[in-house]
Amino acid sequence: MKPQLETSWLGLPLAHPVVASAGPLTHELDNFRRLEDSGVAAIVMHSLFEEQITKESHLVHHYQEHGSGGFAEALSYLPDLEDYGTGPDTYLSLISAAKDAVSIPVIASLNGTTAGGWRRFAREIQQAGADALELNLYHVPTNPEIPGSELEARYLSVVRDVSQGLRLPLAVKLSPFLTAPAHMAAELTQAGARGLVLFNRFYQPDINLDELTVVPRLVLSNHQELRMPLRWVAILYGQIAADLAITSGVHTAEDVIKGILAGAHVTMMTSELLQHGLGRVSHILEAVRGWMAERDYDSVSRMRGSLSQIHCGSPEAFERANYLATLQSWRPDASLGHLGS
Amino acid sequence: MDGNEAAAWVAYRCSEVIGVYPITPASPMGESADQWATSAQPNLWGAVPRVVEMQSEAGAAGMLHGALQAGALCTTFTASQGLLLMLPNLHKIAGELTGTVFHVAARSVATHALSIFGDHSDVMAARTTGWALLASSSVQEAMDLAAVAHGAALEARVPFLHFFDGFRTSHEIQKIEPLAEEDLRALLDPAALHAHRQRALSPDHPVLRGTAQNPDTFFQGREAANPFYLAVPEIVRAKMEALGRRTGRHYRLFDYTGAPDAERVIVIMGSGAEAVARTVTDLVGQGEKIGVVAVRLYRPFAIPEFLAALPVTARRIAVLDRTKEPGAIGEPLYLDVLAALAEGDRQARVIGGRYGLASKEFTPGMIRAVFSELASEAPRRHFTVGIRDDVTHLSLDWTESESPETDGTTGAVFWGLGSDGTVGANKNTIKIIAEATDLHVQGYFVYDSKKAGARTISHLRFGPEPIRSPYLIRKADFVGVHQFGFLAKFDILSGAADGATLLLNAPHGPDAIWEKLPPAMQREIIARDLRLHVIDAYGLAAGLNLGMRVNTIMQAAFFRLCPVLPPGEALRLLRENVARSYGKRGAPVVEANLAAIEAGWEGSRPARIGQATPVPSPEPSPAGSGFLQTLTFPLLRGEGDLLPVSAFPPDGTYPTGTARHEKRGIAHEIPVWEPDLCIQCGKCVLVCPHAVIRAKVCEESAFAGAPPGFVHLPARWRDRPGTHFTLQIAPDDCTGCSLCVEVCPARDKGQAARKAINMRPKEHQIGARREHWRFFEEGLPQRIASRESEVPHTVKDVQTLDPLFEFSGACAGCGETPYLKLISQLFGDRMLVANATGCSSIYGGNLPTTPWTVNREGRGPAWSNSLFEDNAEFGLGMRLAIDTQRDHARSLLEGMRDRLDPGLIDSLLRAPQTTEAEIAAQRDRIANLKTALADRPDPAVRDLLVVADALARKSVWLIGGDGWAYDIGFGGLDHVLSTDLDLNILVLDTETYSNTGGQASKSTPIGAVAKFASGGKTSPKKDLGWLAMSYGHAYVAQIAMGASDSHALKVLLEAEAHPGPSLVIAYSHCIAHGIDMAKGMQQQKLAERSGHWPLYRFDPARRAAGGNPFQLDSKPPSIPLSGYLYTEHRYRLLQQARPEVAKSLLARAEAEVKGRRERHEQLANETQSKEHETAT
Repeated sequence: MKPQLETSWLGLPLAHPVVASAGPLTHELDNFRRLEDSGVAAIVMHSLFEEQITKESHLVHHYQEHGSGGFAEALSYLPDLEDYGTGPDTYLSLISAAKDAVSIPVIASLNGTTAGGWRRFAREIQQAGADALELNLYHVPTNPEIPGSELEARYLSVVRDVSQGLRLPLAVKLSPFLTAPAHMAAELTQAGARGLVLFNRFYQPDINLDELTVVPRLVLSNHQELRMPLRWVAILYGQIAADLAITSGVHTAEDVIKGILAGAHVTMMTSELLQHGLGRVSHILEAVRGWMAERDYDSVSRMRGSLSQIHCGSPEAFERANYLATLQSWRPDASLGHLGS
Repeated sequence: MDGNEAAAWVAYRCSEVIGVYPITPASPMGESADQWATSAQPNLWGAVPRVVEMQSEAGAAGMLHGALQAGALCTTFTASQGLLLMLPNLHKIAGELTGTVFHVAARSVATHALSIFGDHSDVMAARTTGWALLASSSVQEAMDLAAVAHGAALEARVPFLHFFDGFRTSHEIQKIEPLAEEDLRALLDPAALHAHRQRALSPDHPVLRGTAQNPDTFFQGREAANPFYLAVPEIVRAKMEALGRRTGRHYRLFDYTGAPDAERVIVIMGSGAEAVARTVTDLVGQGEKIGVVAVRLYRPFAIPEFLAALPVTARRIAVLDRTKEPGAIGEPLYLDVLAALAEGDRQARVIGGRYGLASKEFTPGMIRAVFSELASEAPRRHFTVGIRDDVTHLSLDWTESESPETDGTTGAVFWGLGSDGTVGANKNTIKIIAEATDLHVQGYFVYDSKKAGARTISHLRFGPEPIRSPYLIRKADFVGVHQFGFLAKFDILSGAADGATLLLNAPHGPDAIWEKLPPAMQREIIARDLRLHVIDAYGLAAGLNLGMRVNTIMQAAFFRLCPVLPPGEALRLLRENVARSYGKRGAPVVEANLAAIEAGWEGSRPARIGQATPVPSPEPSPAGSGFLQTLTFPLLRGEGDLLPVSAFPPDGTYPTGTARHEKRGIAHEIPVWEPDLCIQCGKCVLVCPHAVIRAKVCEESAFAGAPPGFVHLPARWRDRPGTHFTLQIAPDDCTGCSLCVEVCPARDKGQAARKAINMRPKEHQIGARREHWRFFEEGLPQRIASRESEVPHTVKDVQTLDPLFEFSGACAGCGETPYLKLISQLFGDRMLVANATGCSSIYGGNLPTTPWTVNREGRGPAWSNSLFEDNAEFGLGMRLAIDTQRDHARSLLEGMRDRLDPGLIDSLLRAPQTTEAEIAAQRDRIANLKTALADRPDPAVRDLLVVADALARKSVWLIGGDGWAYDIGFGGLDHVLSTDLDLNILVLDTETYSNTGGQASKSTPIGAVAKFASGGKTSPKKDLGWLAMSYGHAYVAQIAMGASDSHALKVLLEAEAHPGPSLVIAYSHCIAHGIDMAKGMQQQKLAERSGHWPLYRFDPARRAAGGNPFQLDSKPPSIPLSGYLYTEHRYRLLQQARPEVAKSLLARAEAEVKGRRERHEQLANETQSKEHETAT
């Protein structure tokens, strides 16, 4: 019997558990079609950043006004346009166009900075026709005066605010840097999250040694990064009433399979597609099917969570003991003399 | 709306083809037309007019001539030299009886000086062309008579120049009753339009025009057109009547205002007619028998209509011309009136006067003086008014009335900076009042001549009666001072009425402000019972993330204090206006400005008025030459209007070296040197656009008299052991741009943000810094390139050469001026500069001062600006003159072998002058020659003495922007390149018409948004260097100081050394790019790294030496083009507003970069291959 790959995410029925995660590909409408043609089950769009909208709005204002009204011959330096495209309109139009262009679910993503912004943009995204909304709770807490509890309360408040009156199913993309991820996951679910995406992968700045400056640097994910979300999906599976997704380090069919076994409804990938092309999707799906057939798994739903913490038979494997065991099993290389016996 | 918009609105709707080219003050008309076309607004016939930018006004006129011949309805907008460039085509268009309308914001024609301001010298220069001239005197008329002109031109088959006063009307904002499209249709006769179309050139009914004619035919042909001109007045009259029937606004060819039995009458046209009409109305009310004839249709001059307008009782007539025609019996209108009266057999004593040249104020006091002169026993036949002429004594004396405002009119004056948004806020204020009330409004804005730290003064009037006061407010009911620093610099209260409200933006609270005011101001406030309010707008703006833009805050405070609207309504309208003005820029901007309204509304406080403190004795006048005392210093004090004619050089010749006396002190932060970190590399000195950072290397003993705290330390020059280095900053000349900090490569090892030069608040230790600068300037020796044994050829070395270009009024962080400063360091004491009109001519030569200066020997760049279009030719003429004088001197020398030391003659004639040292040695020889020839009465000797200096090599530089080099002056530039003359051309390429406000040039890159390319430029940037290289004998190079300063230096040295023509194209970042100007050099680097701006050199000398003349000095692009483009707002605008278009244009731009790189590589490699083949 051919294995059944159908799954669901946030209540949306999906043909299989491989979803294109938020990334640069969704900036172009053509890429939505290409992604659908490649076989992904759903598309998560790049985020609409309220911070960026605010910044662009102020930048447009600044540069349109910069130097204006001060010199008789040059009362301005740039033409006044009919529309500056500073608001969310481009993003919202893209949602609508994407919905017209593809038949798979299109999931928008939002990163807000103000309570009003979260609410307003979520409703506008719903109006634009998205199938679901992923809240990208992106925040780098640099202020030592603000305790984690306050930040967690803010996150919960955002989810509650956004979910009230919103028809769209909500997913929340979590930061990996939480003191009590399981508790937070439960709270978020109660606040209105129907799915949790593990984890947000922050861009980390770099240092330019020539210029001695701090510079932004985008590094694609690698296969090794899977294990942290894998562990937490396994821990959360069955403990909270939300769908779970893995979104870092998914590169191969094995990664997809592991994710499902740990408890994920879907696995999300972008880096692999950027590095090796959209053709990877069909290969991965084929390999997943092959693995399932080889091991007599008839459906993804049967696989899901079978190696989660509650079902794997050795729950401590996902807890701290795991770390200790690893240490104890490790033996220094004999060639490293100073570490030798 | 303003006059420009009023005229353009009509012109756009009545036209199908619109030719545009930027020129102040007409540019906004073309810009409006371009934007309307971009947004697909239709004309009366439902089509979107084609708006085409040309390479010059001559080009626009030529193109329109063709379009008219082929049957289109056409228009353009121009002024001044632009109109003069059209003259040949104006004759043709009129000669062929082609109806069209060109709209002119009338402006002075450059003579002894350029002026951007308004008078009639341009339209008067066109009065012989056969075009009808129709004058509007107000914003309302600019719209109404524009419509009359379009209707009449089509019907009469005579083209019309519709003109109004530049700035005074073109830029004045008034509340008007706009025309509707139906009004325009009513004036445009369809039959006339059809006839126009049917006369079009077409192979379907072919004809021939533009014949060449002989003596047997030409004359009669000219006379054949007479009936058309005879018909014009009646056609115009009929159109005016038709307009009057529709709008209730009635015009005549000559409009009379005044007593029906007036004895004294002024005849005048333009905005001055409004001022006279208002004063006449006042005086007639007092029983005076006076009047004014406003001339509307000046050409054809309709004598019967003129005589009909003039009361038969008029016995004394003053004709006022806003132009000067030196050598004529009188100015044109005066002569026309005399002739009209003579032909009509009317007896009157007629006198003629000049007024208002270059927007000189024309006020009720001056008008009264003219009527007084008419009433005098023997009125002067010729006079001027508005100036004090103590040379030929032509001027009338006048006094101003203390309260010239009409009853019920409120006057408000606002002092601001260009950067604080004051002008924009006041334009909004006018709009709010105009739309929400029945009040009439007027706004006029005065700007200074600086680009950095520019001061603006806004004059707003509003009242129940129509405002016919085209002059500045003299006694304001409200005075807003948006910059606290102005109080110490300007006599602000002289423009306030008694009891006026004074609102200060100050960092001091209502209880503390009094003691911070200048004592003289305190006395004025008390004596004149002013109401003082204070608000900390900068503090409030900082809290709202609005930076320096205090406009909305100050606007709200104004509405709170000036009860023109009920408070609730004012707040509502302010909020609505914010949404309307800023809505399309995004909600965050709207929200910030809404918060600013609340902050401004609540933020002002009545201030405590204390006792006046004694006024200290005035500071002694600054030292300076007679010229500085009689002219420059009064100009700097803002007293230019008070200077008499005798104070001015009659030929427009001014001394250089005057910018150093301004000390504008506009920076809030200035760079501070950290000697412990400094590696003495010279980069900060090199990039400083205003030459305020300078370095010297001297013997340690030279620092003996240094003031306390003056730092000097061992110099890191291997070849100058024992010397010391110092770096100093001119604190009062710095603009605070911080380019220097950005380029500084030296960082603190423990704190990377701390560099060897950092911005710090200016006031910190300001006294000591001034002392240090004074000692640096006056106490340390100067280093002059030509006194060096070898010209410094590294950036590090160049920093110690004194610049002869300093403290310009260019934008803070300007990308052009570092190049000018550098060539002044290298060649300044033997340079002549021909400077094309543009930014560099404005910051280089706009009074009151010039940045070009002299060294201690008295030598320095000699500079002149001719025009925009002719600069290459102008510079070529300089070269020819110098060479001619040199040859003459050589010839005279040869003839003096019997009287002079033959050795001196031989060395003068034959000594090499390749290096600066050799040139300096030649100068010494010339000095010896002059000594040897002194006191000899021989005529040949006297001849030689006046041309002897030409024996030393001179460096001629042709400098201008891309508007000049790529567009309007390209023909001349190309011609210069074709010669073998020793000329150096420096193109300061900002890729846009910067000086006129950012219109696209042929240098503007594809994908960039600019005026006249508001949808993104769709054609690629012209490759000027490639074209120039095709000659083969010209040195050609492209440089970008921010990409490689050493390359830029090397190129400039090579270019100057090249004995033929040299073209250096210099990337100049610009405020019009929409960048953080502090990062300008970084932008240059990105431009080069992305392949947009490759560095290269084409040096014919290398070919002569058997090498490859072309050197591609840039490596292959290392960053994507988008990585450069989208760091600039001019590109990002399109990316955000029209992403699909931006994407497509980016792809084309990338292809351009790739193609150019391939061409360059091929050129470099191909030549090498050929050489290789030849060698083998």
